Amino acid sequence: MAGAGGGGNDVQWCFSQVKGAIDDDVAEADIISTVEFNHSGELLATGDKGGRVVIFQQETENKSQSQFRSEYNVYSTFQSHEPEFDYLKSLEIEEKINKIRWLPQKNAAQFLLSTNDKTIKLWKISERDKRPEGYNLKEEDGRYRDAATITTLRVPVFRPMDLMVEASPRRVFANAHTYHINSISVNSDNETYLSADDLRINLWHLEITDRSFNIVDIKPANMEELTEVITAAEFHPHQCNTFVYSSSKGTIRLCDMRASALCDKHSKLFEEPEDPSNRSFFSEIISSISDVKFSHNGRYMMTRDYLSVKIWDLNMENRPVETYQVHEYLRSKLCSLYENDCIFDKFECCWNGNDSVVMTGSYNNFFRMLDRSQRRDVTLEASRESCKPRQVLKPRRVCAGGKRKKDEISVDSLDFNKKILHTAWHPQENIIAVATTNNLYIFQEKVN
Amino acid sequence: MISTMECAVDAQSLISISLRKIHNSRTQRGGIKLHKNLLVSYVLRNARQVYMNEKYAEIYRMQQYEEVMTVCNEIQELNPLDLVEDCEEQTGDCCGSVSESASLCGALLPVSHQAPSVQHIQPSSACSVPLALQNEEVCKSPDPSFYRSCCAEAYPVSNCDFSPVNNMHCNKTTVLDLDTHVVTTVENGYLHQDCCASLQQCCQGAQSPAKKRKLDFGYYVSEIEEVPDFTPCKRAKFEDSSYACTEPLDTSNISNLISIFGSGFTGLVSRQADLEQALNGQFCSKQALASLGAWTRAIVAF
Repeated sequence: MAGAGGGGNDVQWCFSQVKGAIDDDVAEADIISTVEFNHSGELLATGDKGGRVVIFQQETENKSQSQFRSEYNVYSTFQSHEPEFDYLKSLEIEEKINKIRWLPQKNAAQFLLSTNDKTIKLWKISERDKRPEGYNLKEEDGRYRDAATITTLRVPVFRPMDLMVEASPRRVFANAHTYHINSISVNSDNETYLSADDLRINLWHLEITDRSFNIVDIKPANMEELTEVITAAEFHPHQCNTFVYSSSKGTIRLCDMRASALCDKHSKLFEEPEDPSNRSFFSEIISSISDVKFSHNGRYMMTRDYLSVKIWDLNMENRPVETYQVHEYLRSKLCSLYENDCIFDKFECCWNGNDSVVMTGSYNNFFRMLDRSQRRDVTLEASRESCKPRQVLKPRRVCAGGKRKKDEISVDSLDFNKKILHTAWHPQENIIAVATTNNLYIFQEKVN
Repeated sequence: MISTMECAVDAQSLISISLRKIHNSRTQRGGIKLHKNLLVSYVLRNARQVYMNEKYAEIYRMQQYEEVMTVCNEIQELNPLDLVEDCEEQTGDCCGSVSESASLCGALLPVSHQAPSVQHIQPSSACSVPLALQNEEVCKSPDPSFYRSCCAEAYPVSNCDFSPVNNMHCNKTTVLDLDTHVVTTVENGYLHQDCCASLQQCCQGAQSPAKKRKLDFGYYVSEIEEVPDFTPCKRAKFEDSSYACTEPLDTSNISNLISIFGSGFTGLVSRQADLEQALNGQFCSKQALASLGAWTRAIVAF
């Protein structure tokens, strides 16, 4: 049943769950800022603007019951980051979680990296379902017994207890970034990871917190000459020496750490020449790449800029192999989107398990599934109105202009405050997590 | 050529919107976002280029017409029969010229040479360089003469009544390097290491030998509220407008936008309502354009 194949129009998506408060008055701290499945898909982590991490766990399937896959329930909640103040620069450091990345599981415990603008933390999430009982020197509540009253000895034993999930910070990687961290990525070697800010990328060892190596530095000698910043970075899924980083100018650089210690010189530069007929005041803004993701097989990478998703073959640098328009109808609205700051929204994108479908978010709580193999795409909506259990999502259509057909929504009616920036796809199954402002929707493939 | 199809908003309002965004970003939680401000500066640059192009096209057309008519009148006195047609043809060519590069170049020459002459006005390909939108680096000024005439022309063009401000030519950039905590001022290509930001001194770097007399900016400064924040206060140097055009402007001198508009902008915005009648709806960003003729990028990197 684990068909990660197909998506788009083959698969029908239906509502599974929604997490988060129902009321429209959204507390700023509850705004979801990142969503990530772990490597098995059993755990789903979200981070919010208030610095909290909430982890959901998929219930173990009961195969004798209905074939509908089981639900995700809250597994652990903890405060990852707190607001800080940099007194030297008189700057407040936001506690908002920018990214969460899971480490592959090595033992019973789970590990994840979470980061805000300045500090990365390694968290250990472990279960405790047994408790030692029968100490000789201590009472059950912890008080020490009077030694004189002890007449016999016994061996303490473990007894089952209610499951308790504990999250503890194991490492804190701080003070390595002058600018705002936008990405973290765990290496396939399971020992190192990278963190990227606007101008630099650092390489860390998971065990060592007081040292990191700077591997990319694009800060110009004179800041007046600054023309681009780093917007995202990711390690290759299999080659531990390779990583990519995207820039605000719409270019992606692939670097090989074997070439030199400092990877300022790229091994490959992926860039598509700009279409001069589309030139506008906002060309630089909409070409800025907001997310870059390798495919699971490591042969392709996907980039997201404001209006489109591009798939690149790592062997071809001069243009993407596929380009998908996410919401081309917004091209004529760029001015208003600039005024209300929406043009700066950073949309993420993700691959499905077998790299045949990609997904990204849009406005009005719409999200788009782009089927690469069948060259088809569909727009779906995450809304409270389609929240009946197993209700199939109906494709949505946006009318760019002219006559609006029935069931279409016109561009001017779109709610630009309802945006889906963060989405995640289960690594093996057709289960997706879609974050609206403060709610997390989980959709599953319709099973007949 | 910028496609302005989506713009119900013109270049001027884009500039004021962008400046407002940069100003607001200073008070936003989490510190100044480098990426966003960089993108806003690109919009500023694009809008400014379009604005300048339009302005110069307008000036050129007006000037061309006047010059041609003057020449024609002179010639007419000599030979009333033949040359009137030629003149009208020339006028048609020049004034009706669609090519912006032609109009800009035309604007350059009369300004610099102060010798209106129909024959000298020839479009040259080099002049089209600054007009094309390019993602060139800030420091590479596309064409010094372009900016030279910007400075010279900007002042008469502006309709703003703030004459002291019109004479202001800020050519200093102040940057705070977050890594070394050193404040650096760049003026006229000379780099001055100022004192550490933590001391918040208003040091003034060594005077550039190219500097001539400075106007008394006390008049302007007194109207600005004190900058109540971390940015080291830098006094902009004001220079005579006539001097500005002969000054070598090899590096693109970006003024300390935040210190001017951080304080001055709120003043500008609040006065905008009063001014709107006086200026017939012109945005106060015009004042910005008039006074900062040479900047290409408004970002102060943090």
